[in-house]
Amino acid sequence: MIIQLIDYLRARLQTVIYCCYGIMTFIVIWSLSVDTHHAHTWAEKMIPGFWALFGLASCAVVIMVARWYGNSGIQVREDYYDK
Amino acid sequence: MTSSFIHPALIMIVGACLLPLVRGPFRKPFMFLIPLLTFIDVIYLSQNAGTYGLFQFMNWELTFGRVDRLSMIFGFIMALMAIIGTIYGMHVEDEWQHVAAWFYVAGSLGVIYAGDYITLFLFWEMMAFASTFLIWARKDDEALAAGYRYILVHTFGGVVLLLGFVLRYQATGSLSFDQMDVTSPELYTWLIMAGLMLNAAVPPLHSWLPDAYSKATAIGAVFMCAFTTKTAVYTLIRSCSGFEVLIYLGVIMAIYGIIYAVMENDIRKLMGWEIVSQVGYMVAGVGIGTSLAINGACAHAFAHILYKGLLFMAAGAILTTTGRQKLTQLGALYKKMPSTMIFMLIGGLAVSGLPLMSGFVSKSMIISAAFESHLLWVGFALTFVSAGTFLAAGLRLPYLVFFGDNNCSEETWEKAEDPSWNMQLAMAIAGFFCIFIGCYLPFLYNMLPNTDVAFHPYSAYHLSETIQIMAFTAFGFFMLRKYAMPKNSISLDLDWFYRMGGRAFLWTVINPIQWFDNAVGRFYKSVGINCLMVTSAFWSWFDWNGIDGVVDGTARCVRAIGRRVTIVLQRGQIQQTIYYTMSFAAVLLVAYVWS
Repeated sequence: MIIQLIDYLRARLQTVIYCCYGIMTFIVIWSLSVDTHHAHTWAEKMIPGFWALFGLASCAVVIMVARWYGNSGIQVREDYYDK
Repeated sequence: MTSSFIHPALIMIVGACLLPLVRGPFRKPFMFLIPLLTFIDVIYLSQNAGTYGLFQFMNWELTFGRVDRLSMIFGFIMALMAIIGTIYGMHVEDEWQHVAAWFYVAGSLGVIYAGDYITLFLFWEMMAFASTFLIWARKDDEALAAGYRYILVHTFGGVVLLLGFVLRYQATGSLSFDQMDVTSPELYTWLIMAGLMLNAAVPPLHSWLPDAYSKATAIGAVFMCAFTTKTAVYTLIRSCSGFEVLIYLGVIMAIYGIIYAVMENDIRKLMGWEIVSQVGYMVAGVGIGTSLAINGACAHAFAHILYKGLLFMAAGAILTTTGRQKLTQLGALYKKMPSTMIFMLIGGLAVSGLPLMSGFVSKSMIISAAFESHLLWVGFALTFVSAGTFLAAGLRLPYLVFFGDNNCSEETWEKAEDPSWNMQLAMAIAGFFCIFIGCYLPFLYNMLPNTDVAFHPYSAYHLSETIQIMAFTAFGFFMLRKYAMPKNSISLDLDWFYRMGGRAFLWTVINPIQWFDNAVGRFYKSVGINCLMVTSAFWSWFDWNGIDGVVDGTARCVRAIGRRVTIVLQRGQIQQTIYYTMSFAAVLLVAYVWS
């Protein structure tokens, strides 16, 4: 059943992607209406969709730092310790 | 010792000793019964807080059973995980794995209820040794080597801990295991903290974790991911809470772990790095040290054991059925292993802190504690890591294993299937708790040690914050996923120093030291032997002509005199002999009379 569902969604990948964009837009719009009384810093109150930007930036930083760090000589071939 | 106290560790130890004797149809019920009894014992103890199991040993009083709110919550989750882990491993025929696992659990429970450093140390080492056998049980060369590295590192940690508490005993005369003075730390405070920290895999003492957990057996890793680091977190909470350096170390390890997790190709190593990262939250919480932070560290340890256990169980299922654990050898498995996929997704989303999952209600407590203590950078750094966690465990891992490109060989694809009923049952129990904890807050929150603070994770703002982060992290992954693809590589880490250090030591032994030894041998042969020959020839000559000359000369002289005397006196004529004799007697008689 799960397999059929996944296959069904994969067959309509473009639609799924558009739906996800829709959900993301909704999340950001919703966040504008949420009471920022509990926010910790001014940035969260002043920047609309602060956490969305934070999430996106974090993701990009993690991926790019890992890539840079790996390519800087940390990632080596698998038999490195066997030689 | 009160009669009503039975140490939960004792049940596990007795069970482990009896296990090899229980065979055939009794094996499985027995394997279920012992952890269940332990769990019931833990529940019973949690209704009866107090101090039990006091023993006088030489000059020291050992406390085996300190039962308070802090030991209760950790005892509860360890015993629960023992049940889940044992169910997961029930199909494994090799009883020594179960024996090792149960001794390991016993060690962990022993540490949790220990009230003094000697008892703690006893169980601490029991954990280290028992868990080593869970690695060796894999029985290949890599596992053997990894097991040796693991035991060496842990022995080192144990020695540091021992040194620390012996120095403390010398300085304070106390062996009791409780909160140390962290505002003015002494050398022993640092040593004890370093010893405990090694088991929590805090950098720079962390490399053993991904190394060992990725080489252990499938059930070995499930046990190991739960007990060692979280027991260490417990001990840090008990002894080092509020130690400021732990905040920095915790944040560093959270970030460090997630970067390595994103680079990793081996799924169990990836999860090992995830543990380093998640334990970083707990260590930071211990460092912050407020009531809320300590509650957060406990809650996160509790939730972490379940979701990380679930992830390791799912990885173990993949390893058991396909024999593969590299992302570059897997992919598109949703068609073959749908149940495993669901469980791994639950685990991955729970670790990422999706609302209604366990990570959401535990992780946010530590982050809130950081913000409330005005440690803004800590709060933001940990939130940054939670986005990274979702990326590594909630998106990249399931994507590359179950979706994405199919990198399975034909053989792997043929073998891939959902695992046996017991493994699925264990995953279902862990998965249930991951969701239950997130949905029904009192279950976890009522167990937390500090009752003076309340925490409400389901505020609109917090929900909005989390959902935004997750949605846009997912978007970021979708856009940048080609930069996060796995490679057939391993990532160098600080274990390089001791692996290469060990090799340098071996090289030193083989090359310069052995060369020197050979050179000494050759020198001895050419110079020494000749000298010796010459010297001994001299002494031999001296002996013959000198010493023997003197001795023999004396002997020859005596013999010659004797011969002369014989020639003169003993001519063979009886009357002459009588004459000499009588004369000699007369001389003696005259001498006698005159004197």
